[in-house]
Amino acid sequence: MASGVKPRVKVPKNAAAGDTITIKTLISHKMESGQRKDDDGNIIPRSIINRFTADFNGQNVIDVTLEPAISTNPYFQFEAVVPESGDFQFTWYDDDGDIYKETKSITVS
Amino acid sequence: MELTRRKILALSAGSVAFATLSSLPAFASLTDDAIAELTGGADVGEGTIKLTAPEIAENGNTVPIEVDAPGAVEVTLYADGNPVPNVATFKFGPLSASRSASTRIRLATTQNVVAVAKMEDGSFQMAKANVKVTIGGCGG
Repeated sequence: MASGVKPRVKVPKNAAAGDTITIKTLISHKMESGQRKDDDGNIIPRSIINRFTADFNGQNVIDVTLEPAISTNPYFQFEAVVPESGDFQFTWYDDDGDIYKETKSITVS
Repeated sequence: MELTRRKILALSAGSVAFATLSSLPAFASLTDDAIAELTGGADVGEGTIKLTAPEIAENGNTVPIEVDAPGAVEVTLYADGNPVPNVATFKFGPLSASRSASTRIRLATTQNVVAVAKMEDGSFQMAKANVKVTIGGCGG
């Protein structure tokens, strides 16, 4: 497992039904591109997060495929509609098979 | 063959033209290939899709990119000067509000960033932005 992976997500706590909200996510990950070489000239093997998804109450908001050209500590900002109260589920898929998850609740009044 | 001045001139002009053609950046065609693969050879027009990128990026390791494509189901980003042109694909689900997203990407050198959107009706739209990079983002 890649060390020091920590997901961070910013979701508003409250919203009105049908509102558009902005979500910001960041996960600390070195995103080794597979293009760099170490001091001995050997290529450092690729190790990135290759997929990120955001769902709300089981319905998809965004599904991103990441390539090595995504920066270290991948950051995403996007917008979602919230029809009712519920949970956002954020999932990151690592090349090494690890899956990182984060959940955020939102109350719709 | 007897080489006259005229023949030499014609020859060199020809070879210069050939050299110009063949020295088009190989990466650009890689991007074209990748786009053709995505669209299946369909025409890619311009439309409402908007790509926001800085004109000059001091650090190619993290370049903020924003894409806004109303009516798109999928947006794919390419960087035509990177060793691998594909950057990311955003698929928008039913609860996505605006078809827009921001992220940060790596750029190896000064180049074009291309966004191709697949619209709801199956057509494709494209937007391009040139980014000047002072320090490349692919390491040595």
